[in-house]
Amino acid sequence: MLARIFYLAALLFLSSFSVMAMPSQTQAFDDPVMEKRYQSLIKELRCPKCQNQNLADSNSQIAVDLRNEVYDMLQQGKADMEITSYMVDRYGEFVLYRPKVNELTYILWFGPAVILFVGVVIVVIAARRKAANKKELDLSAEQQQQLDEILKEKD
Amino acid sequence: MGKVIRFLPLIVFIALGAVLYRGLFLKPQDLPSALVGKPVPAFSLPSLKNADALLTPANLTGDIVLLNVWATWCPSCRYEHPYLLDLAKSGQVSLYGLNYKDERQAALKWLDDLGNPYLLNVFDEAGRLGLDLGVYAAPETFVIDHHGIIRKRFAGPIDAKVWQQEFAPLVKTIRQEQARGE
Repeated sequence: MLARIFYLAALLFLSSFSVMAMPSQTQAFDDPVMEKRYQSLIKELRCPKCQNQNLADSNSQIAVDLRNEVYDMLQQGKADMEITSYMVDRYGEFVLYRPKVNELTYILWFGPAVILFVGVVIVVIAARRKAANKKELDLSAEQQQQLDEILKEKD
Repeated sequence: MGKVIRFLPLIVFIALGAVLYRGLFLKPQDLPSALVGKPVPAFSLPSLKNADALLTPANLTGDIVLLNVWATWCPSCRYEHPYLLDLAKSGQVSLYGLNYKDERQAALKWLDDLGNPYLLNVFDEAGRLGLDLGVYAAPETFVIDHHGIIRKRFAGPIDAKVWQQEFAPLVKTIRQEQARGE
C-alpha cells in the first residue's frame, strides 16, 4: 500500500514537469484580417525540417524564421500567392500542404477518386452478377406447377 | 475468371508489401532543392573574418565551387569538419563556407581550433542567404558550376563515403563539361 502511494506521488511529481510545448505567438497584428491570413498561411505551409508539421505547429528554428518571414511579407503588403510562391521558390513544392495540380501530384489529387470509382464498379458488377444468379434460380411456370402439385399431395 | 479472383487478395498483398518494403528505404528528408539549375541568389553579406568586407556571389570564384553551410551550434558540422579539411587540401573543388546563424567570435574560434578549410566564409548572421538558398538545417552543401549555376544541394554531413556517392560523379560531369568548353 505504502509502495503504491509512493509510486503515485512520484508519478504526479513527474507529470508536473510536462508542460505543453506550444510555439510562442509573438506577432502582433493591428488588422484582424491580416492576422487571419497569417494564421491560414502558417497552417498551409509545411515546415521543411520537421516534415509532418506545419509552420504553426513547429517550434524548430527554421519554422520560427519562416513564420517571421511570412509576418514580414504580410506587413509589406504582399499577397498570399506571392508569399506561397516565395516559399516554393526556395523550398520547393514540398512546403505546400495543398500541392498544385501537375503531373507529379495527379495521383494525390485524383487517386482517391479513381480508387472510389473502381470500388463502385466492382460493387455494381458483383451485385449484378448476384441478381443474375438469382434469376436462374427462379422456377419456370411449369416447375412452379409441379412444385404446387407435390406440396398438395403432401397435404 | 474465378481462379484469378481467388488469387487476387494474394496478388494485392504482394504488391502492397513490395510498395511498403520499398518505402522503408526511402529518405523523406532528402528534399529536392528548388534551386538546382538556378544561379546563386544575389547577396551582399560581410565576410566572417572581416566585418567590413562585403561579399557577393562574384567572390565565390573557382571552377567548381562548394558552398558549405555550417555553424558552431551544429554537431554534424564538427563531424564533417576533418573531411572538409582533407577535401580542401586535395584541391578538387574551391570550398567556401556559409556561416549560418552563428556568432562571429565562436565561429572564428572554431576555425582557429579545428583548422580552416574554407577559402572565404560568408557571415550570414540573420540567415537571409540561408533562407534564399532554401537551407533548413546545417550542414548543407551546394555544388556550383563554372557558370555560377547550383547543380546540387546536399543536406547532411559529408564524409569520404558520401563524397564518393554523392559528389564525385557530379564533379566528374562538370569537369567533362568544362573540357568540352560548355
